[in-house]
Amino acid sequence: MSFTPPFKLEGITDMNQLSVLIDGMPLLLKGLVVTLELGVGFIVLGLVLGLLLALGQIYGNRLVRGLCIGFVQIFRGIPAMVLLFIFYFGLAQFNINLSAFVASMIAMGFRSAAYQCEVFRGAMQSIQSGQVVAVQALGMNLLQRIRYVVVPQSLRYCLAPWSNEFAAEIKDASLCYAIGVTEIMRQGRYIITATFGNAMLIYVTVALIFLGVTSIGLWFLRRWELKLQVPGF
Amino acid sequence: MKLLRIEDIRKSFGSLQVLDGVSCELEKGETKVIIGPSGTGKSTLLRCINLLVKPDSGRVWLDDVEVTDPKMDINHLRSLMGMVFQNFNLVTHLKVLDNVCIGPMRVKRIDKKRATDLALEKLATVGLSDKVGSYPAELSGGQQQRVSIARALAMEPKLILFDEPTSALDPELIGEVLAVMEDLAESGMSLVVVTHEIGFAHAVADEVIFLENGKILEQSSPEKMFTEPKHQRTQEFLQKISHLYGHESRAEEVA
Repeated sequence: MSFTPPFKLEGITDMNQLSVLIDGMPLLLKGLVVTLELGVGFIVLGLVLGLLLALGQIYGNRLVRGLCIGFVQIFRGIPAMVLLFIFYFGLAQFNINLSAFVASMIAMGFRSAAYQCEVFRGAMQSIQSGQVVAVQALGMNLLQRIRYVVVPQSLRYCLAPWSNEFAAEIKDASLCYAIGVTEIMRQGRYIITATFGNAMLIYVTVALIFLGVTSIGLWFLRRWELKLQVPGF
Repeated sequence: MKLLRIEDIRKSFGSLQVLDGVSCELEKGETKVIIGPSGTGKSTLLRCINLLVKPDSGRVWLDDVEVTDPKMDINHLRSLMGMVFQNFNLVTHLKVLDNVCIGPMRVKRIDKKRATDLALEKLATVGLSDKVGSYPAELSGGQQQRVSIARALAMEPKLILFDEPTSALDPELIGEVLAVMEDLAESGMSLVVVTHEIGFAHAVADEVIFLENGKILEQSSPEKMFTEPKHQRTQEFLQKISHLYGHESRAEEVA
């Protein structure tokens, strides 16, 4: 099975290349499922924790605020790869043996929370405070104000910057390759070693799969954004 | 028993003494108008009544319940007082009907059906029955302000505080809002209004209070205040405003 460079892409009729692709596709798709599990997991964990961090920064007392700011600074300031290694290899040194999947989820989830916190915080702070004062004058307590005015409005403001975050998380799931999670990149690597080549074919395929996933996701988010738009917002 | 009692309110922001010992009272059904130069603490005084601003010292009583007592449930007390703001402050992502319902439903925990009926009734009072499904951004300033009055009314408050309700409106929209306020006053609602609209004060106020430098310089009935003000400063101020805002009430009949 020889490796044909892609610019001689009449090689698509090359049965070797095509058969590699066909045989390998199920594996790649298996890997894609894991990638999506990771990506969606990071986003969801990041959303819940990020929202709490943002609320903590805006409404918390000095201690809470300090902790939230510290958390965000740490997880925004350290490279994803380093975080992955710390949670997987680092903790293992102390006999805390997390699976690669779980370590990824925690490290990247926390990281996503830090980024999403900043998105939420920006949105919350840009909400016209007059509205919050007005519902305060009606007799709403802090929790009610947050629930009925601040959060619904900031989620709307968030949708556009949040789309960026979504695409980034799906793509960053590929980093978990480095600690051995069997996601799409690793499956791709297996195919390449098993067929003694075809690197470009496989990685371009992986790239196209990622492109497809992020494009579809962004399209849905855009539609949701349009649906939620309030006249004059 | 007085509906509202304010005793010796003092408030400073940094080195600026905004309120320097203000006291006054309001009976049920009365309308008091507060006038005065900008920055003299008129808005601050209003916000000290429902504790949106905490006074440095002084006390406030609503129906003999001390609002300023830290042990009191301020949210409950606020629900008994309505407030209308200069910039309307409607919740922008909610329709008009929801804006008016949200107080009764979430704060007073009235069920949705009753809250909706109440909201529709109040929106009819302010003449906006045809706009219940619109969003605030689709309305004119005058309409938005009338919605915010309906929002305050839906809570069935003991009194309503108005913080320069027409100052952010285009001139031709002021009349419709003042008309609603005049109707309210005539129907027996207790109002405390901070405004420059002298004509409105003349037509509707039971007493006018002139606030300057954080103190009440003068307070009397509209006739006395506007025809024979006791102080030079009051005279100067009134002349300046009449020039800008006119003498006659700009309230108009809302169709």
